[in-house]
Amino acid sequence: MITRRNALLGAASAATAALMVSGPARAAGSATSGLAAASPAGDLPRIKGELVTPPHVMAHDQVAKGGPRIVEFKMVVEEKKVVVDDQGTEFQAMTYNGSMPGPTMVVHEGDYLELTLVNPETNTMPHNIDFHASTGALGGGALTLINPGEQTVLRFKAFRPGVFIYHCAPTGMVPWHVVSGMSGTVMVLPRDGLKDGEGKPLHYDRVYTIGEFDLYIPKDADGNYMTYDSPGESYSDTLDVMRGLIPTHVVFNGKVGALTGESAMPAKVGETVLFIHSCANRDSRPHLIGGHGDWVWETGKFANAPQKDQETWFVRGGSAAAAIYTFRQPGIYAYVNHNLIEAAELGATGHVKVEGDWNDDLMTQVSAPGPIVG
Amino acid sequence: MRFLYAPAAILALAGFAIVALPPVAAAQISDVPQQRIDGLSTDYREAGEFLSGNMPVNAPVVTFSPEVPFFVMRRQVTRGEYGACVSAGACRALDTAGEPDLPATGISFEDANTYAAWLSRRTGEVWRLPSDREWRLFAGTRAVDDAFQEGSPDNPAERWLSRYDEEARRREPEEARAQPVGTFGENEHGLLDLSGNVWEWTSTCYARSRIDPATGQIARHDNCGVRIAEGAHRAYLTSFIRDPKSGACSVGRPPTNLGMRLVREEKGFLSGVRSFFGL
Repeated sequence: MITRRNALLGAASAATAALMVSGPARAAGSATSGLAAASPAGDLPRIKGELVTPPHVMAHDQVAKGGPRIVEFKMVVEEKKVVVDDQGTEFQAMTYNGSMPGPTMVVHEGDYLELTLVNPETNTMPHNIDFHASTGALGGGALTLINPGEQTVLRFKAFRPGVFIYHCAPTGMVPWHVVSGMSGTVMVLPRDGLKDGEGKPLHYDRVYTIGEFDLYIPKDADGNYMTYDSPGESYSDTLDVMRGLIPTHVVFNGKVGALTGESAMPAKVGETVLFIHSCANRDSRPHLIGGHGDWVWETGKFANAPQKDQETWFVRGGSAAAAIYTFRQPGIYAYVNHNLIEAAELGATGHVKVEGDWNDDLMTQVSAPGPIVG
Repeated sequence: MRFLYAPAAILALAGFAIVALPPVAAAQISDVPQQRIDGLSTDYREAGEFLSGNMPVNAPVVTFSPEVPFFVMRRQVTRGEYGACVSAGACRALDTAGEPDLPATGISFEDANTYAAWLSRRTGEVWRLPSDREWRLFAGTRAVDDAFQEGSPDNPAERWLSRYDEEARRREPEEARAQPVGTFGENEHGLLDLSGNVWEWTSTCYARSRIDPATGQIARHDNCGVRIAEGAHRAYLTSFIRDPKSGACSVGRPPTNLGMRLVREEKGFLSGVRSFFGL
């Protein structure tokens, strides 16, 4: 059966089609087009995934109901100027769906994730997507390169449970697209949900997805940040800063303060929160000031037992981590990259606002600050 | 100085008279237009942190009416004016370049004091930073009360959360770059740009006061390494900070920029020392 999606893929350039012949989507006996006529996923039920803007995560079942499905998503690439700090610094961002990070897609192990990726005419750059959760074709990057005015559809089987990065990876410009904002997370949940190391189920009441971005914004001779009218105009200056490997900003969710103040993440005492933390390019070390990671999948892959009682965990550049914590005390918690210079000076700080009753047993101020006695 | 403990809610300003003087010739003092502050009185919420026992409480409100008149710059010190002090070898250069007509920003408390001392030497007048009381007096309706909702003794987090929400809601200037003089308008005393996006250093030290709930006695502990900068909110900053930051464990919102507006003492009054300490 030739679907409309397949027909669209068939209209891709000759070079792309050639790559697709060796791609995983190829079905036996369809040598003329290189496209799957009878995909193994073809008969599965389809549902549409409703993406939401981070730090929020789409509604999903923690334990799958029923068998594998094809989960359809659509993302539109948006090139746009954004403000990244409270000094009004402007940045030529490239984004999936307009947010940094792009939305978090949730499927279950054994599901197929089918993405329609759109690059509107109004954009200036070619874009694609490399799913770390997928297998083959440079993570799909070799099958999804689209110019302004084009779209593409990719489907892959999500058979490894975990949180995985996706990012843009157009030939010759990969790091620039990534540090310009083009990354996000896919969460592939085990069909029977998350477990501790001994098979006991772990549930969460809320989930927040945090994408950490290292930004490299050029400055002029006076030390002021420069602004550009298009991504292309910013390219060579930005590359010079990137090659120095010292970011001008390290931010959660696209800008300094994206997760503080009125955008702080709410929670309540007694609630269990899953924090997904993705780093498409650079390492980080998340720490919840005043709290812990009760269960942490440091490398983000749920087939491995989570670590218990973590104070700080490490997120390798090019991966996502997952941590579960039950809040036991009310107040403001700072969720930081515990390179505190990056947290305080470069921006990598978010806040969790937790309401509930204070537990004197866990902590008591025996004597407020006062004169030194005895 | 009398301490009148008034209800916290209303900080009314009772203004009696204010006399605007024309700019005085540069050869004598500064080119900066000034206002004479005389006969004003204000309800002043004490600066610093107050504890009743172990419990943070709102600072008391007192009446402040200075015994002697003084002059205050109508606008903030500009980059150009500060630059003259740098050129003279007295002041430390700013970290960033900018138009000379813009307010000088990136100024530490130390920088401000150095500038005031240089200006005093150059003009033969006594220029200094205002005390926090003086600032709130001339800021008038531009001064922002920092009373907070006192939480319950059983749950300190109530106070942290309500304060956090209040700060998050606070309307502060969105534009971070220093703006041309006058952008933020004039207050009822003819002073420009108060509580805009440049905070102004005061000479007042951070202090923690403990009120003994039984006797009402106040024990006070000063830390003059931390001074008050005034603007859209009252800020406590280490004296050598030029560019305040928040983040990591500091959850509060910092001032957008740090600058200064100086006051000048009227000749003939032996008020200098007393005013410097904000008394």
